[in-house]
Amino acid sequence: MNIVVAIKHIPSIADDLPVSGNNVDFDSVDFVLNEFDEQSIEQAVLVKEAVGGTVTVVGVDLIEELDNILHLAIAKGADKAVKVTADEPGADSHMQAKWLSEAIKGLSPDIVFAGVQASNDLDGQIGPMIAAHLDMPYIGGVSSVEVADGTATVNKEFAGGVGAKYSVSLPMVVGVQAAAKPPRYAPISKVRQVAQTATIDTVEPSGDASSGLTFKKMAPPVATGHAEMIDGSPKEVAAKIVELLKSKGLA
Amino acid sequence: MSNDILVITEHMDGKFSDVSFELVGKAKELASALGGQAVAVVVGGGVDANVFASDATIHIDDAALGQFNPEAYGKVIEALVKEKSPRLVMFGWTATGMDLAAWLSAKLGVPCAAYVKEIGSDLMMGCQAYGGKLMAEVAPEGDMAIAACLAGSFPAEAGQGSTAATATASPVDLGSLKVKFVEAIKPEGGDVDITSQTKLVSVGRGIGGKENIELAEELAQALDAALSCSRPVVDAGWLPRTRQVGKSGLKVKPKMYLMLGISGAPEHLEGMKSAELIIAVNTDKKAPIFNVAHYGATADLFEVAEAMLELL
Amino acid sequence: MAPKFEKAKAIEKENIVVDGVDISGHWNRMFEQRVITEYTPELIEKIADIPNAESFANCYQCAKCVAVCPVDVVGNYGPRKLYRYAQTGMDLTEAPELWLCTTCANCLRVCPKEVNMVKIMPAAREQAILDGKFVPNELQQAFENTAKSGNPLGQPQRKRDAWIKDAGVEIPVMKDLGRKVDVLWYVGSYPSYHPRGIDAASAAARIFTALGIDFAILGKEEKDDADSQRLAGEKGLFEMMTEYNIETFNKYEWDELVVTGPHELNAFKNVYPKYGFERPVVHYTTFLARHLDKLKPMLKHPVNKKITYHDPCYLGRHNGEYDAPRQLLEAIPGVELVEMGRNRENGYCCGGGGGGMWMDSFTAKHTNMRLSEKRAMEAASTGANVLAVACPFEVSRFSDAVKSTGNEHVDVLDILELLDRSMRGE
Repeated sequence: MNIVVAIKHIPSIADDLPVSGNNVDFDSVDFVLNEFDEQSIEQAVLVKEAVGGTVTVVGVDLIEELDNILHLAIAKGADKAVKVTADEPGADSHMQAKWLSEAIKGLSPDIVFAGVQASNDLDGQIGPMIAAHLDMPYIGGVSSVEVADGTATVNKEFAGGVGAKYSVSLPMVVGVQAAAKPPRYAPISKVRQVAQTATIDTVEPSGDASSGLTFKKMAPPVATGHAEMIDGSPKEVAAKIVELLKSKGLA
Repeated sequence: MSNDILVITEHMDGKFSDVSFELVGKAKELASALGGQAVAVVVGGGVDANVFASDATIHIDDAALGQFNPEAYGKVIEALVKEKSPRLVMFGWTATGMDLAAWLSAKLGVPCAAYVKEIGSDLMMGCQAYGGKLMAEVAPEGDMAIAACLAGSFPAEAGQGSTAATATASPVDLGSLKVKFVEAIKPEGGDVDITSQTKLVSVGRGIGGKENIELAEELAQALDAALSCSRPVVDAGWLPRTRQVGKSGLKVKPKMYLMLGISGAPEHLEGMKSAELIIAVNTDKKAPIFNVAHYGATADLFEVAEAMLELL
Repeated sequence: MAPKFEKAKAIEKENIVVDGVDISGHWNRMFEQRVITEYTPELIEKIADIPNAESFANCYQCAKCVAVCPVDVVGNYGPRKLYRYAQTGMDLTEAPELWLCTTCANCLRVCPKEVNMVKIMPAAREQAILDGKFVPNELQQAFENTAKSGNPLGQPQRKRDAWIKDAGVEIPVMKDLGRKVDVLWYVGSYPSYHPRGIDAASAAARIFTALGIDFAILGKEEKDDADSQRLAGEKGLFEMMTEYNIETFNKYEWDELVVTGPHELNAFKNVYPKYGFERPVVHYTTFLARHLDKLKPMLKHPVNKKITYHDPCYLGRHNGEYDAPRQLLEAIPGVELVEMGRNRENGYCCGGGGGGMWMDSFTAKHTNMRLSEKRAMEAASTGANVLAVACPFEVSRFSDAVKSTGNEHVDVLDILELLDRSMRGE
């Protein structure tokens, strides 16, 4: 089995996102792995452990900091890592999906995993676009994958525990909502060793695609309303919340 | 090219989702401004399609479309869009719409905007991305665009009506599909039903780890409430999926929704914004949840929770 | 009996000439020529090739180690046996034997060839981890807990100093104090979170306060030393924690670092210098023994107990402190101190070192009794009614062990608790 995981390095939303011009100020934000990609890497490794094969993780290196993430993926069980050296921090999903598709094509994948979405998917997610470029079926919102005899059986979640089971003849692209098990621990010794020994293949971006969107403005949302803020120390906040709940007969 | 707007509706178990009506309502408004028609597209059977206030409704039914199948639905919608050449194709940014919108965009080379919350008559779109922290205004190039819209962005009433649907055969052959629907998955029972609770204490990523769930559980018990959570908590395995509020979880409408460490991503808001009393505690004073909550506090959730426990 | 390892490759020869000397053994066989059996050294070399595990190959099978190996008492173990297993086909990096050594260092004490399991085991274990070989689940959980929560118990970091409010005395926290202190007290994970550990930590706080020591703790900024995780093979985790801890220690001004646990002593005193941290570190027994003149008059209430003291491996053999704990116990009025057969340099291991603390279920499958149970029985056989300890791992281990071996009449108490009782009366 050739298992490929397409990942996305995205601006961290843990802190404020500074804006420059009409887009995020990509030079002054931290980049992190899309959280759904942690799930999709885990799901890929689970499939490899179940049926054998190799897991290749592929990502676009937007700010020359993708190595750490690829090392972590290898420490967790991926076998190979490839980065598309774009050095274009603002590359949108359309561009990334195209470059990734070109890089993945040569790997002859049986199954491609991607995170179901990313917080910066303003022009859609890379998963379904890679599927379109590679002419493979796509199913997103997936929370478990089993592979046997060239067929994948996937569970897709709609909402509230309601979902559907599909069987898909491979190859396909899977948009992972959650891996069948929570992502595993990578021993730090292993991560450090990988960082010293692993080789990461690099490929130049190839192919052209555009989201076709022009950014006119980027700003924090204008609040239509705002919470009445409770000030004070945590103890005072707690007292006020309890008082509020009591006044409404809720505590 | 036309100035029509196609709305890809979605339904399950014979019922259309709210977002379908919301999109049709918005499409009507846009279509009249653009001088086109708002066309509701219903794919699949087992549903009464004559429920929209659309200018027209196209109902494509086929045995292969009985259940949502991203491959089959994608092919049908692709063919229909090619045939109709609309100005705009609207999807919900939902479990089904998310499988189709970006795929169609790449397939047809048509611009796509996701996380759409606002659409102007000039088709400028407001997208709420980066976990709700930033709002982007984007203009699609060319004469066709795709918008994948967040549920709850437009009023649903405007889309409700009784336009008679036109039944149409599938425009493409659905004979040899790679994707096959196997069976429906029903929610696991046995756990607390958070949708029927009057009070919920809800925890998000800020809870930090499984070891901290106990504290939240204690607070919930002290308030005679149930414990619910946002998606990351479930994905990390800290709470079961039955406790998840939001787009991929459950929609709740309790009398009290006390949020600890939830920043308020649009996906979560979809599930709880109609709660009667929303109180949010978060360390990030710019967390989007404070734009939605009735009361908020910028504080360490653990210290607040512990102090509340002492008072209850 | 089936061979223990199927990979054994015996080379049997009737005549062997080494360096021109015929060593064939026909002269001491009455009825037939002696067959000489040799084995390939590959699996020994495989271990000895790992950096820091070189001394594995030094073994010349004298078996002095087996006589003092605590694991051999409850199973079939010891460096000599590991060498022999490797010779006859065991790949140590894949065998359960890899995880049984507690790095107690008693073998090293007697080994004429300096086969050093304290270095071999962490190196071989790290190799196994790097190669993705079997690692006991419960140990992996402890690694993950340490990486994520800052302690192997998986308790919340924010609760690390939750115990101080019930200690009965004011316990200053560095961050709030904002000034230099004489003593920075590193409390440790088990004394911070484990209920029986908290008893000892609270006792220590009361003793320090009574002695008028100018001390403070790191509170929520304190994280695990991860020395046992290092010995269990997760060196990367240890280094990550070390970087954090050194930075935290250096953030504040203090003269001496006092630790509750021997494992922390070992980390900060013996290992941290390699990472650039060379500051005075002492175990609490050494520290309090130094203050004995002042402490003694405070020990007013007799503790009429027959007490036997268990030497922690990492306080005794690893760091040479045998006397201070005994001096403290003897300073308590009413105490009758009795020794177990294995004491001081030959003290028996509780089984908690080298990651054993987090592998009890795994170890139970490969031994016929827990080391802590064996030791609890030894303690009981002295007629003592208190087993005194000085390592935070031991209180919980021995408390369980006295129960499971039917020796509930033996109380397991940290020396801190005994001093506190004598100071306050009970």
